[in-house]
Amino acid sequence: MKGLLFERNLPRFAAARVVSAIAGSGRGSAVGPLRLVDMPSPELPGPGWYHVRPILAGICGSDLATLDGRASRYFEDFVSFPFVPGHEVVGLVEGGDAALPSGTRVVLEPVLGCIARDIHPPCNACAEGHTGNCERVAFGHLAPGLQIGYCADTGGGWSKGGLVAHASQLHRVPDSLDDDSAVMVEPTACAVHAALRALEPWESTGASQNSGEASPPMVAVVGSGTLGLTTIAALRHFGGQVVVLAGAKYSHQKEMAIALGADVAVSPGELAREVRRRSRSLVASGHSTSGADVVVDCVGTGESISESLAMVRPRGRVVLVGMPSKVDIDLASLWHREVGLVGAYAYGTEQLSGRTRSTFDLAIELAGAAGIGRLVSAHYPLERFEEAVAHAGAAGRRGAAKIVFDLRAPIVKGPTNEP
Amino acid sequence: MSPRPGFVLDVDRSSPPTLFWHGEGYRLEKLPPGRSRVVYGPEPLRSLDDPVTAIRDALCNPLGESEPLPALLRPGMRLTIAFDDVSLPLPPMRSPDVRQLVIEQVLDMAAAAGVDDVVLVAALALHRRMTDAELRHALGNRIFDAFAPHGLLTQHDAEDPSNLVYLGRTDQGEDVELNRRAATSDLLVYVNINLVAMDGGHKSVATGLASYRSIRHHHNARTMQQSRSFMDQHHSELHSSNWRMGRLIASNGVKVFQVETTLNTDTFPEQFRFLQRREWEWTIRDRAAFLASSTALGRTPDKLRRSIFQSIKSPHAMTSVQAGEVEAVHARTTQSVYAQQLVSVSGQTDILTMGLPYISPYNVDSIMNPILVACLGLGYFFNLYRGKPLVREGGVVIMSHPTPWAFHPGHHPSYIDFFENVLAETTDPLQIGKFEEAYATDPWYVHLYRTGHAYHGVHPFYMWYWCAHALEHLGGVIVVGGDRAAVRRLGFKPASTLDDALEMAEDVVGRSPSITHVHNPPLLMADVT
Ligand SMILES: [Zn+2]
Repeated sequence: MKGLLFERNLPRFAAARVVSAIAGSGRGSAVGPLRLVDMPSPELPGPGWYHVRPILAGICGSDLATLDGRASRYFEDFVSFPFVPGHEVVGLVEGGDAALPSGTRVVLEPVLGCIARDIHPPCNACAEGHTGNCERVAFGHLAPGLQIGYCADTGGGWSKGGLVAHASQLHRVPDSLDDDSAVMVEPTACAVHAALRALEPWESTGASQNSGEASPPMVAVVGSGTLGLTTIAALRHFGGQVVVLAGAKYSHQKEMAIALGADVAVSPGELAREVRRRSRSLVASGHSTSGADVVVDCVGTGESISESLAMVRPRGRVVLVGMPSKVDIDLASLWHREVGLVGAYAYGTEQLSGRTRSTFDLAIELAGAAGIGRLVSAHYPLERFEEAVAHAGAAGRRGAAKIVFDLRAPIVKGPTNEP
Repeated sequence: MSPRPGFVLDVDRSSPPTLFWHGEGYRLEKLPPGRSRVVYGPEPLRSLDDPVTAIRDALCNPLGESEPLPALLRPGMRLTIAFDDVSLPLPPMRSPDVRQLVIEQVLDMAAAAGVDDVVLVAALALHRRMTDAELRHALGNRIFDAFAPHGLLTQHDAEDPSNLVYLGRTDQGEDVELNRRAATSDLLVYVNINLVAMDGGHKSVATGLASYRSIRHHHNARTMQQSRSFMDQHHSELHSSNWRMGRLIASNGVKVFQVETTLNTDTFPEQFRFLQRREWEWTIRDRAAFLASSTALGRTPDKLRRSIFQSIKSPHAMTSVQAGEVEAVHARTTQSVYAQQLVSVSGQTDILTMGLPYISPYNVDSIMNPILVACLGLGYFFNLYRGKPLVREGGVVIMSHPTPWAFHPGHHPSYIDFFENVLAETTDPLQIGKFEEAYATDPWYVHLYRTGHAYHGVHPFYMWYWCAHALEHLGGVIVVGGDRAAVRRLGFKPASTLDDALEMAEDVVGRSPSITHVHNPPLLMADVT
C-alpha cells in the first residue's frame, strides 16, 4: 500500500528549508524528505487499538512547517522517525469489534496521551481531561510523538495503508456530517479550544452570554486561513454576543469570515485601526491605549504577535493559535500592560456554561452547524502530493482554504474546485 | 490691453488638444469635435496698484453701519484679530500675503490708539492647526515674532470647552458656540481672503471660530443637498444658516469689523504659465515649457513630484479690499469675485469633464487623498455654478486625477478610517450620518486635532456632504487615470483613458452626448442659463 513517508535525512531537510525560504511555503516538498513509498499497514500496538483506513486527510499548517523545515527545534523530542504525516483524518474502522464495528465512519483525535500510551496512572493533565497538554507524549510503550502523524509506530493519514488508533482517539461521525465536514473536525476542534481559551475570562462570569449592561467582549482575530476562519466560527457559535473583528488578506477570506460570523472583516493593515476606533483608544508608542479584550493570533509570526500586543487592551489576553517558532518581539508592553500571552494547542475537554464537554463533541456540533466543510477547497490523490502540498502552501493566494488528500482507492481524480 | 472675459470654445477638427490637470501633472486630451465645448474663465483682472493705500482707505472708509476702524479703537479695550487659515488662498501666495498687509495696518492703528490687549486667532474651524512656518508666511516675520513668543498668536480650538462660549440658538434651533476670546472682545476684526463665492461674510466668524456643536447644523447632507449651489448665496442653505448665526452673534453684542479681500486668478508662476493660457494661443515658449515640464515630471518619483508642486507660490494679487459691517462688505466682495470668475454658458451638458489639480483647500503641504479628490471635483468644481449646474440632471462627471490610495497620517488620520470603514459600507451622504457622532467625538482624533496638525475627526464627513448635491444630481462619476481600487471605494467608475470614460458615460447618457470641459486654471464660475 502506498503512503507518504517522512524520514529524518538532514541534508534533504536543510535543502527543504532553503527552498521554502526562496520559493514560499509548501515548495520544500519537491526536494524535501517526503517520499511516496510502499509500506505495510502498521501493527496494532495492543488491546483497545483499531485499524483505520483514511477517506480524506487534510494538510495542516504545522505539516507544512515540518516539511519546510520551519518547525521549531523544540519538537524534536516529540517526534519519531520515520513517520507518516496526516493527523486530520476521517476514515473507516477496519476489522473492528462489537464496540466499533468494521466500517464505522470515524474522525481521529490524534493526540497520543497517557491513555493511548497505556501509562498508569495518567499524568496530571490527562487526569483532568486536558490530553493536549499530556506530559508523557515522549514516553511509554509507543515511540515518541505528539500525535498520530508524527509518530513512527502509528502510521498517519497520508497513507492508503491506514493507521492505528486507540479507542479513546476515535469519534463516530454522525450520518448527517459529510466527509468534507468530517475531515475538518480536527482543525475545528483546535479552533473551538482556541475560542474557549479566548473567552475563558468570561466563562466564569457568563458575561459573553448575556447582553446586559456590560458591553460584550471584543475579540480580534489575526489571520483568516483555515485556523482563523474556524476560530471565527467557534467564537460566533460559543461566544454569545462577543464582537468578532477579523483581519483577512484576501477577498474570499473576508467573505468567508463574514459568512462564518465575524462582525467585520478588514485587511490585515486595517485591523489595528478598526480596534482602536471601536475601543475609542488613544495611541501611544504604537499601541492602542485600550483595545480588544482578546486578540487571537492565528498566524504565529513575530510580526503577528507584535501586532496582537499592540491592539490588545491592558490586562487583556493574546491567544497564540498559529504555531509560532523562534521570534524576536519586544515584550515591554506585555509587562507594562499586564497582558496575558497564552498558547492554544489542540483540545481535550472544555468548560462551557459550567459543563465539562469533550472538545471533539463541540467540534462535531460546530462543523455541522456552521457548514465547515465548505472550507475544503481541493482534493488531491496521494500520487500528486507535490502539487497538493504546493497548493496548500499557497492556499490564501490561490483563493483556497483547506487542501485534502482523497484516499478512496482506486479512484484517481484531479483536484476539485480549483480556481 | 485689458483682460479678456471668459469664453466658451466650440471644439472643431482644427482645435488643439485641451489641457487637463491630472494631479501632479497634466494630460492633453482631444475632445470629440462638433459636440464638445471648453469653458475658459476670464483672464486675471488687473490688481490694485497700491494695495497698502487701498487697505488703509478701506479701514478708514467702512461700508454699511460701521465707524472707521480708528474710531473703534481705544486704550484699555480687548481687540481680537481673526484671520483665514492655510486653506486659503490656493496655491499659497507669494509674500507678502494679504493677511499680513491687512493685519499690519490694523495693528498700526491699534498701536496709535493705545490698544495694548491684542490677540491674533487663526480661524481654523475644524481644520488642522497651522505650522509655525505657515503662520510666519501668512503674517510675516514682524507680526509672528511680536505675538507668537508671548502666546498672543493663537489658533482656534473647537474642542477646548474653556475657550468656547455658548451664545444661544437661532430661530431655526441652531446652536451658536464661539471662540471665547473672540466673542468677549470689545472688537473682533476678521481678515478674510475670498477665493470662491462661498467664502467670507458671516461664514468667516460663524464657522471659522465655532465649535463642532455649532458647525454641525449646516455642515450636513441635508443642508448641502439644499444648497444649489453653495457657491450661490441666494440659493444656498449653507449661506442662510451662517447668516442666521451671524445675526445672532451680532445681536449678542459681538462687534465684528469685517475686512475682506479678493485676489485675481493669476495663479501660477512663469514656468507654469502655459497652464492658464488658452491652448490655441500657446507660444513656442509655452509649448517648450509644457514639454519640458511633462518630461521632467514623468521621471520624477511621486514624493518628489508632490513636494515640487506643493512648494509653488502663487503670484495672485489683490483686486479689492473692503471693510466694515459684514453684510455690506460681503455684497461688495461677491461682486469682485463674480467679476473675476463668472462666465456665461448657455445650456447644460450631458457630460462634464474636469482635470483636477494637485491641491485642494485641505491638502496644503499634504497629500490629496481620494476623499479630497472627490470633494474637489464634486464639492467644489461641480458647485461653481449659478443658475443651474453645468451638467444636466442624470448626466455624468468625468474627472482626471491619479487618485492614489494614499493619506497623510498626520493631517488626515480620520480620513483613513472613514475610507476603510464608512465608505466600505456606504457612499450615500444621507447614510453616513450614523457614523458621524463616533468620529466627531473620537478621543484620539480630538487629541490629534488639538495637539498635532490633524483635521478634526468629523472632517471627512464634511468632504462627503460637500459632494451630496452632485451625487444626487448625477447619473454617474468616472475617474480617468486613477487607482482603480480607490476609485471604486469612492463609488465611482475607473477608466484608463478619456476615450474609455466617454464610451462608459454613453451607457448612462446615451449616444453622441454633448461634452463640456471646465478649463482650469484660471478658476471660473459658470453662469448657466
Ligand atoms: Zn498524559
